[in-house]
Amino acid sequence: MGKYILRRLTIALPSLLGISVILFVLLALAPGDPFGELATNSNIPPEVAAALRVKFGIDDPIYIRYLRWLAAMLQGDWGFSFASRIDVDQLILQRVPTTLFVVGSSQILALAVALPVGVYAAMRPYSIFDQIANTFAFVGFSLPTFFTGLLLILVFSVNLGWLPFVYRADIAATGWQWAWEYFKQAIMPISVLGLFQAASYTRYVRSAVLDVIRLDYVTTARSKGLNEGKVVIKHVVRNALIPVVTLVALQMPAVFGGAIVTEQIFRIPGIGSLLISAILANDTPVIMAVTFVFACLVVLFNLLADIIYGWLDPRISYR
Amino acid sequence: MQERELRDLIADVKTGRLSRRSFVQQMIAVGLTAPMAGMMLAQSGVAMAQTTFPYKPTKAGGGGLLKLLYWQAVTLLNPHFAIGTKDQEGSRIFYEPLAGWDAEGNLVPALAAEIPSKENDGLAEDGRSVVWKLKRGVKWHDGKPFTADDVVFTWEYARNPETAAVSIASYKDVKVEKIDDFTVRVVFAKPTPYWADAFVGNYGPILPKHVFADYIGSKSREAPANLKPVGTGAYMFVDFKPGDMVLAKRNPDYHVPNRPQFDTLEVKGGGDAVSAARAVLQTGEYDYAWNMQVEDEILLRLEAAGKGKVTITPSGNVEFIQLNATDPWTEVDGERASVKTKHPLFSDPAVRQAIGLLIDRTSIEKFIYGRTGTATANFLNNPERFRSKNTKFEFNIEKANAILEAAGWKKGADGIRAKDGKALKFVYQTSINAPRQKTQAIIKQACQKAGIDVELKSVVASVFFSSDTANPDTYPHFYCDAQMYNTTMPQPDPQLFMNQYVSWQIANKENKWQGRNICRWQNKEYDELYKQAEQELDAVKRAAMYIKLNDMVVGDNYIQPIAARSRVSAVKGGVTAHFSGWDNDLWQLANWYREA
Repeated sequence: MGKYILRRLTIALPSLLGISVILFVLLALAPGDPFGELATNSNIPPEVAAALRVKFGIDDPIYIRYLRWLAAMLQGDWGFSFASRIDVDQLILQRVPTTLFVVGSSQILALAVALPVGVYAAMRPYSIFDQIANTFAFVGFSLPTFFTGLLLILVFSVNLGWLPFVYRADIAATGWQWAWEYFKQAIMPISVLGLFQAASYTRYVRSAVLDVIRLDYVTTARSKGLNEGKVVIKHVVRNALIPVVTLVALQMPAVFGGAIVTEQIFRIPGIGSLLISAILANDTPVIMAVTFVFACLVVLFNLLADIIYGWLDPRISYR
Repeated sequence: MQERELRDLIADVKTGRLSRRSFVQQMIAVGLTAPMAGMMLAQSGVAMAQTTFPYKPTKAGGGGLLKLLYWQAVTLLNPHFAIGTKDQEGSRIFYEPLAGWDAEGNLVPALAAEIPSKENDGLAEDGRSVVWKLKRGVKWHDGKPFTADDVVFTWEYARNPETAAVSIASYKDVKVEKIDDFTVRVVFAKPTPYWADAFVGNYGPILPKHVFADYIGSKSREAPANLKPVGTGAYMFVDFKPGDMVLAKRNPDYHVPNRPQFDTLEVKGGGDAVSAARAVLQTGEYDYAWNMQVEDEILLRLEAAGKGKVTITPSGNVEFIQLNATDPWTEVDGERASVKTKHPLFSDPAVRQAIGLLIDRTSIEKFIYGRTGTATANFLNNPERFRSKNTKFEFNIEKANAILEAAGWKKGADGIRAKDGKALKFVYQTSINAPRQKTQAIIKQACQKAGIDVELKSVVASVFFSSDTANPDTYPHFYCDAQMYNTTMPQPDPQLFMNQYVSWQIANKENKWQGRNICRWQNKEYDELYKQAEQELDAVKRAAMYIKLNDMVVGDNYIQPIAARSRVSAVKGGVTAHFSGWDNDLWQLANWYREA
């Protein structure tokens, strides 16, 4: 087991290095640079714009810039944002709590909806409940989040005036008042993200349960006279959830990476909106750091998913 | 407009026959800025008006929370690092300059005790220095007193190239001396007619010496105060999340009595312009939204909800078309659009004149920009027209046809005119932005009727406006026949603005397309006059020169102004805000108030 993890980690290193090279080169080749706005501002003499470029090392060849970035990264220095002139790690850390809260809760909501609905639908395949659940699942993952987001804003903020559509990370209130305000502003983004995710999870849970529920050992359990609840929870769901757990583990990087579109619509100060504003401002160090962290998380959670899989299903062995 | 006419107008203002406001409007019409008009009046003995801002509250505080919404979030809070206006606005909450510009070109003191003038011996006769008297009893947010040392320090800080301040241009060629604790003298290297640059407006905010002293030069980035400002403004720092929000609270020691009204201030950033407009005008979630780059049609619809209104402030921005003076399709010495070439079509003045007649400015205003961009007479060279209320823009397809016909451009079988084997076809580029694409279409259609074939090209804004030397699609490269964008006047003084057409500023490969003369127009007379204007001390003579410079450029038809674009913001009902097109939106934040 230990050997296996070690081997996976050694394989992960070169792939992360490769990812970083690709990201860096792509960003370097992309059009636009962080000082575009300076060039159009007649108040800034060209010498100053040029001095800034030299100071931030933008005019050096790509490979030198890459090596400089890599050396700094290995020492834990993530560079600093050209736009706000502060360290990138600080910028990212500020965004983590909000992202974790919003995307994390939406994942919990997704599971809370998908598990019971999926299991129940699979227990009675092709019943009315199953048909309805299926229809909603299809509609749910066919509608993009930017559409449902705007729709909810239109209904609940503009027409009914119940909920605010601008998310504020700092609410100037305490106690219940604070919690209520927070709940009110979070309810729309969390349900948009959560229900979208729930739709696809439901389909997975249903098919996984369907695969298991017809197996012989389930029939055996039933014929022993166990009641239906025990059969489903102890015997069916336990085995059916193995692929679902993997799926959820693979979704975990997204919890840290944020949800770009939804964050933009509701002005949630998460990592997704940091990434998009960095891209719009050509703030290369921030784009590089966010995408690279994301890549690391994907690699890490892939490994984690594989390990969990083996732990849940002893038939799988690591070699 | 000649010098004598200007003097007559000023005399009219003096005797009261002409209002200050309409004088300023006329100056804007000939392409000058309101601050410049104000300086002209001041030098001719018409004192700057004492601007007062209506302010009803009788005490400071008690106004609750003021919520501002910026669809581009504030990313830093040091006014001397503020690249875009959003950051200037964010910094302006905490920091103040010596003075700011109001809408009619008056200097309004903030940290200055009074505005320098000849009468109070503030302005030297030779135009080489200006003395600023500072307000006494002003305290920084940490309780330390504000003195002349802070002003001198700000100059040292910003002029140091290692600091990498974006305001460097205003400070690098002046010297600042402390006379006493509350008086400073700004000394210019050469006689300078436009003295109100350093310490004034956007790039003028004063930094506290005791906070920034250790972070001058290459260490400028490490200053903790870049994120936690200590200023003199009406609001004090509470919290800042770069790219998301700024929180501030009332400064109880603010140096203007009874101000500000609001107890706390929140600036939220991010999202898009339309939903920001919605949050103020339709749901009333926010009190103010910045820079409403939204089609007027949508703004009108949102305003109909009755929760707030749109404020339109004239400024110096002009949407215009440039015709390339050089040939963008021939490569000479490794660059296209080289000054060694001449444009095959536009070198014929008849073609340029015809294109001028084919721009339907009235329709563009009516159907595209609405209230946010008025068809402009700006830059045009007939003063009588500006005095008349019913300025009409010539949009005349028949006349354009006649001019082209007379110049020998004959229609071929395909309906496209040609002369000496050169077909009248050109490529017209701009950035991707819905109003711009609509404008392109209107002009293309009119050109078609005159036998000109226009090919439209649109480039993603982040590419078009970048300074990437390797990308041929940026606007400074101008590897195209015609292009359209919005020029901004970042400074009230036209000197920098007008150097866009001097021959030594031509953008080319040698200066990595950093030169400011993008349309590559050259004119010896213009160059000479520009140099003269740089030295001219008499504000009126200087203004007359700039008007003439403007006329030269536009009269040659290489530059085709379309619409004067205004600054648009949304303000919730009950809130009174004070804007000026020549300074930041938040320049009078201390005087904002809400009525129940």
